[in-house]
Amino acid sequence: MKLFKLFAFLCLGLATQIACAGPKIEHWVAPSGTRVFFVENHALPILDVQIDFAAGTAYDPVGKTGVASMVRSLLEMGADGMDETQIASRMADLGAKLSGGADMDRASVSLRTLSAVDKRVPALDILRAVLASPQFPAETFAREKARTIASLKEALTRPEAIAGRAFWSAMYPGHAYGQQSTPESVAEIGRDDLPAFYRTHYTAARATLAIVGDLSRADAEALAQQLTEGLPAGAGAAPLSDTLLPVAVEQRIAHPAAQAHVLIGLPAIKRGDPDIFPLLVGNYSLGGGGFVSRLMKEVRDKRGFAYSVYSYFHPMALPGPFQIGLQTKKAQANDALKLTREILASFLTEGPSESELKAAKQNLVGSFPLRLDSNRKILENVAVIGFYGMPLDYLETYAENIEKVTVADIKAAFSRHVKPGHLVTIVVAGE
Amino acid sequence: MRYTRLTFLLLALAAPLAALANPFEHQLANGLRVIVKEDHRAPTAAHMVWYRAGSIDETNGTTGVAHVLEHMMFKGTPSAGPGEFNRRVAAAGGRDNAFTSRDYTAYFQQIPKQKLEEMMQLEADRMSHLNLDPKEFAQEIKVVMEERRLRTDDQPQAMLFEQMSGVAFQSHPYRVPIIGWMNDLENMTAQDARDWYERWYVPNNAFVVIVGDVDHAQVFKWAEQYYGPLKSRPLPVRKPQDEPVQSGIRRLTLKAPAELPVVLMSYKVPVIRDVEKDVDPYALEMLSAILDGHEAARFSKHLIREQRLAVAAGAGYDASSRGPGLFFLQGSPSEGKAPAELEAGFRAELARIQKDGVADDELARAKAQLVASQIYKLDSMFGQAMEIGQMESVGISYKRDKRMIEKLQAVSAEQVQAVAQKYFRDDVLTVAELDPQPLPQTPRSRAAAPRH
Repeated sequence: MKLFKLFAFLCLGLATQIACAGPKIEHWVAPSGTRVFFVENHALPILDVQIDFAAGTAYDPVGKTGVASMVRSLLEMGADGMDETQIASRMADLGAKLSGGADMDRASVSLRTLSAVDKRVPALDILRAVLASPQFPAETFAREKARTIASLKEALTRPEAIAGRAFWSAMYPGHAYGQQSTPESVAEIGRDDLPAFYRTHYTAARATLAIVGDLSRADAEALAQQLTEGLPAGAGAAPLSDTLLPVAVEQRIAHPAAQAHVLIGLPAIKRGDPDIFPLLVGNYSLGGGGFVSRLMKEVRDKRGFAYSVYSYFHPMALPGPFQIGLQTKKAQANDALKLTREILASFLTEGPSESELKAAKQNLVGSFPLRLDSNRKILENVAVIGFYGMPLDYLETYAENIEKVTVADIKAAFSRHVKPGHLVTIVVAGE
Repeated sequence: MRYTRLTFLLLALAAPLAALANPFEHQLANGLRVIVKEDHRAPTAAHMVWYRAGSIDETNGTTGVAHVLEHMMFKGTPSAGPGEFNRRVAAAGGRDNAFTSRDYTAYFQQIPKQKLEEMMQLEADRMSHLNLDPKEFAQEIKVVMEERRLRTDDQPQAMLFEQMSGVAFQSHPYRVPIIGWMNDLENMTAQDARDWYERWYVPNNAFVVIVGDVDHAQVFKWAEQYYGPLKSRPLPVRKPQDEPVQSGIRRLTLKAPAELPVVLMSYKVPVIRDVEKDVDPYALEMLSAILDGHEAARFSKHLIREQRLAVAAGAGYDASSRGPGLFFLQGSPSEGKAPAELEAGFRAELARIQKDGVADDELARAKAQLVASQIYKLDSMFGQAMEIGQMESVGISYKRDKRMIEKLQAVSAEQVQAVAQKYFRDDVLTVAELDPQPLPQTPRSRAAAPRH
């Protein structure tokens, strides 16, 4: 359901002597009102652009959950006199690719094209049409509505999807982040709901545009204005209402699967909160550091309970979740859950050891260059920085912010953001 | 004038020659080949070690052992104990993992370039000095069984593919799943893993691929230093185990909890054995792109959008493999349509190409995408290393990469029609159907006391 993988921004450090050369991000506001973030890079003849709107699923109209996702997918299925076949065929003829989707906060449209003028100009023309003149044809709408309902019904048979949906509903009761589209809510959507949603949310003033690759600054400025000048005017939607912490709850949902799916978590932190640094460093030792985390060592290596076990923070526009997840065979679900809770409880009490803290910093700082070693990765980072209004020096100051974290900082930040009295637990297919 | 022109010509020649030198290759005395592709866009590197041993090399009773050994490779050597490998990669700011396929097993680290030497040292160590401790094995085999539950047993589409493979292939080892049958995992021993390790984990059955901001001459020195001392051993004879000719359609049904039926059709087709002489595998690749290469390709346009016969419909074909090839068609019917109707729809699409061929603009479009993808793939160091490794693992030199692209570019509309006529016959077809079963369930919920 979530199209964007979580990526934390991690930068360099003194332990490893790696230069923290974050990409140089140029920023301006186009005459259309769209905020633009540009990284010029001529190493490859490729141009990537991504435009983001505050038009994710959290903005779905009440009772018609599913509109945001349908608007995003129908954008490229008919625009400015071109039907869906023409749009897709022309893009393929150019070797260009449209992609993107809607997560809770964002709706994104991305284009990857060769940077040669005879390729990029026509590809950008199609992108401009898709952004500014989508037509939401009634026939296409009816078909996509049926496909959406079919895929929702399928998802509702999958243990991982059932668990994920129950988890978000339990964490955000009554809040937009907890809304789930259902076959029934999609059935309520009419074709006219789509252009209405589009006009309200896909506005130039609320858009952010990330441009990375083989283009000059002057061309980037022209491109930014051309792409966004035809977008709807207006202020965009009202901000989402604040989230509340849920009461601790444990839900068990029956399912015939061989494995139980276990999720534990709560709303924890929003983008831009400086506590993200101690939380990321701490979580590395708890369950974020892959094979070297406590959860992995105890749950997987020592007991063989699970193939995958993890924890992470997912900062969003409003407090996004802290989440622990694992899958284990039915009969040992309770043992695995108990163990996981013990590991979390002891981490909350004691924090990481000094040697864990050192290892976490070494990895988070040392791996910085890996997070930015392709145009694609740079684009993802720049788009997030732009959309969430993070400081432009976020990447450059990252290592510094990681390095100064102490065990005391981690304990304090966890106690502020991970309150055991508000943790929700979902077990699908347990015994 | 003449002089100038000559200089221009020489320069024009020199540029491609310099480009041809990269990647660089060096073979050690023990048989290990090292391939280095320099890419200086960012201060990172991808380091991969590939072993030509996959589930294709397994025998009955120990299916899944190639993959189990992959897990055990992280469980320690005398000089780097259990967990130490992961710890040192993490401390280096790196990421590491491994994967097992039907044809090979590969290990990789993505690291800041300064850490490449240490990674080569670690990989060389576990190439020949693995502990394979029975206690570690006893824990790890449980993890592998959980992996099977997660990725196969509880995934109806993966189960369908597993069952289809077992019917399409009766003799060839591609009939067994890479993860192994659960009963074989339950009865596997540390000795089984050790036997596998001793049989296949030798430098003369491996190759190393490095892509990144490195100096190839320096990398070759490190390779001599760390991999050079490892001893080679003769490899067992690999029997071909060719699949007998299929003469007649095969069908199977799988019942599993799901909402949507799935139709999976697979035709036996050739794969590339001779890069230069082969024609059909390239034509099949272009056909796959014409059927399912983009949102306006035939399956999407006809089956999903115009006829509304399917909510999903795709085609798949891999022209490079050690074993025999399959060309897949897979989809789910729309509500109110039966799997048999979707199967008929797939067949009608194939029949249309058999009868009328493909249009020039469809073929040109597939080729345009191919050209662009050759540029896009340069954006990922790991992707470049994967491509070199996958070619080499099936016995095709990475140096043939450009020639294969030329061969694809040269495919004609007539050749596409010819392969459709030649291979899409019922006699070599296996049809698998997922018969969805409703969930028996009543959710229950209870409030819990806060946990500490």
